[in-house]
Amino acid sequence: MQIFSCPFCGPRPEPEFHFGGEAGNDRPVGGALVPEGEWAAYLHLRHNPKGSTREIWMHRTCLEVFVMERDTVTMQAAPGVALGGPT
Amino acid sequence: MSAYRLDEGGEIDRARPLSFTYDGRPVQGFVGDSYASALMASGDMVLGRSFKYRRPRGIFGAGVEEPNIHADIRLNGRVHLNQRVTTEPAQDGAMLRACGAAPGARTDRTRFVDLFARFIPSGFYYKTFMRPNWHLFEPSIRAMAGLGRIDASQTDDMPGEQRNHHCDAVVVGAGPVGIAAALMLAEAGDSVLLCDDATRPGGSLLSRAARIDGMDGGEWLALALIRLQAAGVRLLTRTTAFGVYDHGLIALNQRRDGQPDLLWRVRPRRIVLAAGAIERPLPFDRNDLPGVLSAQAALIYLRRHAVVPGRRLCVATNNDSGEEVARAMQAAGAEVALIDYRKGTTIIGARGRGRVTGVTVSSGQRIGCDAVLVSGGFTPTIHLHAQSGGKLDWDAGILAFVPRPGTSAVVTVGGAAGHFSLAEAFAALPEALAMGKAPQAEPQPYRVTEAWPKPGMKGRVWIDYQHDVTTKDIELARRENFTSVEHLKRYTTLGMATDQGKTSNLQGLALMGALSGRAIPEVGTTTYRPPFTPVPLASLAGPRGATRMNPVRRLALEARHRAAGAVLGEYGGWLRPVHYGPDDAAILAEARRARATVGVFDASPLGKIEVMGRDAAEFLDFVYYNTMSTLAPGRCRYGFMLTEGGIVMDDGVLVRLDDGRFIVSCSSSHVASVHAMLEEWRQDRYPDRQIWIHDATAETATVTVTGPRALSVLARAGIETGDLAHMATGWATLEGEELRVTRVSFTGDRSYELSIRQDLAPSLWDRVIAAAKAEGGGPLGIEALMILRAEKGFVVIGKDTDGMTRPMDLGSDAPLRRKAADFLGRRSLTLPEASRPDRNQLVGLVPTDGKGALPTGAHGVEMRGGARRSIGYVTSSYPGAAVPHPVALGLIERGAQRHGEEITLYHLGVPRRARLVAPCFLDPNGDRLDA
Repeated sequence: MQIFSCPFCGPRPEPEFHFGGEAGNDRPVGGALVPEGEWAAYLHLRHNPKGSTREIWMHRTCLEVFVMERDTVTMQAAPGVALGGPT
Repeated sequence: MSAYRLDEGGEIDRARPLSFTYDGRPVQGFVGDSYASALMASGDMVLGRSFKYRRPRGIFGAGVEEPNIHADIRLNGRVHLNQRVTTEPAQDGAMLRACGAAPGARTDRTRFVDLFARFIPSGFYYKTFMRPNWHLFEPSIRAMAGLGRIDASQTDDMPGEQRNHHCDAVVVGAGPVGIAAALMLAEAGDSVLLCDDATRPGGSLLSRAARIDGMDGGEWLALALIRLQAAGVRLLTRTTAFGVYDHGLIALNQRRDGQPDLLWRVRPRRIVLAAGAIERPLPFDRNDLPGVLSAQAALIYLRRHAVVPGRRLCVATNNDSGEEVARAMQAAGAEVALIDYRKGTTIIGARGRGRVTGVTVSSGQRIGCDAVLVSGGFTPTIHLHAQSGGKLDWDAGILAFVPRPGTSAVVTVGGAAGHFSLAEAFAALPEALAMGKAPQAEPQPYRVTEAWPKPGMKGRVWIDYQHDVTTKDIELARRENFTSVEHLKRYTTLGMATDQGKTSNLQGLALMGALSGRAIPEVGTTTYRPPFTPVPLASLAGPRGATRMNPVRRLALEARHRAAGAVLGEYGGWLRPVHYGPDDAAILAEARRARATVGVFDASPLGKIEVMGRDAAEFLDFVYYNTMSTLAPGRCRYGFMLTEGGIVMDDGVLVRLDDGRFIVSCSSSHVASVHAMLEEWRQDRYPDRQIWIHDATAETATVTVTGPRALSVLARAGIETGDLAHMATGWATLEGEELRVTRVSFTGDRSYELSIRQDLAPSLWDRVIAAAKAEGGGPLGIEALMILRAEKGFVVIGKDTDGMTRPMDLGSDAPLRRKAADFLGRRSLTLPEASRPDRNQLVGLVPTDGKGALPTGAHGVEMRGGARRSIGYVTSSYPGAAVPHPVALGLIERGAQRHGEEITLYHLGVPRRARLVAPCFLDPNGDRLDA
């Protein structure tokens, strides 16, 4: 079982977390005018890299959504960072 | 019957005899015996049957590596399945039954199978039982396969226990090197957990001679155990470290007498692997006969249990370890012939029926014997190193794979690191642990010569005892081009038995290397995965059994429902009243009563997620398909929430209490997912805006009053609502407490949802039920409510919709045409896929064949190009309550344009006929809402 670190609660076991997708997959701006291909890429295309990834995770117990850097080969996970940093 | 027990020596207590039965025969032993040592002393040699050929088998090993003999052990009324007799301490009164043999190991009914061995090589069942149909053969093959027999009467199984533990270091293996490592760490101040799968610490010191720090091995061990205790090392015996998992988690399973197994989850800073090495067999014809056993195992039975395996023994070895065994057996009174492979003599084959009676060696000489003690070299137990991602190197000096240092977080020492003499192992400790001073031992040489199975060996040479894989199977795999080690494993099942090939894998890949012209390191090993030894499922499950697996949520009104005779069932994680009264005839009666007068429904699990703040309206416009910002305070609006893919995720009513306060009433089973979705978009898209989200579902109880007499019930109950309009919300008081009254309807009849602090729910329920009874009504269970909503065509998301359903498929397209603001999933609704003409759309179905309600899940079918194809399916189906015929909802291709059409449906081969209609069977104009 992996240990992830919520920026709000600190290290917690993996079952408390929910995967939210790759970080940086920004929602296209333009509403109805967004080209079909761009929208399809936003919905379906992922980089799925081998090695270091930046991902969105949610800590389900406090509902904090954050960015986590993780290595898909070594399974190392850096402490989570709050979205957009301090506001 | 030539094995015998010495009158003295060993760790058995001759003053404390015990007895148990094996396949019904009594066996005598002493406290300090394992089942295996007592069985061996009894002279019984045929203790099991091989998996495929049903060959007679005897004990080979003395620990977790044992491939042959497994038994179901019944002790104190409990049955422990598939236990290795070599690892379990013998208990008085136990009843053992050999696994995989019927009625017993000696008398197994299927022992004739070996006569056909040449017709059933690897993969024969893939080739033989394909025609006409595997399923014809499957039952009898399954009956022959398998291991222990579950006792179905044992239902009160003790739940396994689990423990989380933190320490600086876990040392796996309490042999001399593991103990030395634990001492070095603990005496430097680390908290250390030391575990060993044997019944006693000491490892090789319990059976092999050693000189450590000038002391005899046993003497050093006794002192070391005292030092371990003084240094605060936690020592666990009968505890197997079976897996290393992500982020440094190591899992141990501890076997305990009279108690369930205990699973330890430990996250140490450091894992030291000192698990030693396992002796390999030697390849020769019929090397699986009972009486052929590991030389080190024989030494353990001699030194620990005072059992000599026979009067006349052959000791066959390809390395230095055999000499000590031969000398020890001689000293115990046996006549010993030493066959040293390093001097060029090898065993060609063993003789005997049902047990070994002699061997033929390469010179042609025949030697008579009662047992053959074999040593084909040692395989380091590197599983935990490899599980954690560590790489292996081939060490040609010891003919074994050893851990490549620095490739794993696990530090491997001792025999597991390929250091087969104590001197070498101790010398490597300070560097491996980066600390301290290790004990000193006298150097012992270890020289080994190759004794791998070779291509074209005569006779039947076993590689994997437990799964009956012989050299011929590996040659067959090579001929059929399964040469990759992973293919070899799957094709021949080499190493796939419960022993996971601890004594066999390396010989198998050595032979494949020879057959395919590759060196052993080129062939490589299969992937090492947990668990190292079988772990009972009860141990892995721990206390999370039965209702604790996924605890149900309980209603504040549960006691009231039970008192009213409700049958409770789980719906969306909540334990809810299914119907009131003992049988489900109550369902239709409740539904009809609610249509005629009034029904009272416990809607507490209904989602109540509050969204508050100045920017809440803008936020809700984004997350809903429908425009929500135009909702007036005190009003409600029905709407859908979509995924970004445009698929309907949930529906429900949004209540606006005032400008900056909304309540999202989502489906009961979607509260958690809707809440998470709202939070994700709030934090991602509106991070610095004034929006607060709070899930008030559990703290608020909701009682729904529905039916033509609903308003009279409220008046009788003293709940003042004024003239609340449909889709409006307001406040009332009950005994001085605030009560929110929301007029929405999931039944098509006039309905009021009364929401109150959950601890006040019983008094609200009592008043409303009393008033409802006075009006001729009563409680309404969830199944009756399902009928009422289906008659009106109100959908349940996830039941009447699937992963393709967009709001337009449910008849809702106005927001897409009119809504100005962007919203979740919008762009997906204008993709070509969303407007495909052949989409499945919500329809009502009325059976026309007079055969009652349609089965839920029945598929509509039509013929196209001579083939029958599905045109969608029935999602909900009920008998009518107010409607005089059964009603059903379904998702049918082009359904919205096909009202009036009659279609054929199929369910489990039975055809039905039904007419497609608009998805509303009752009161399409909504007159009943204000009745």
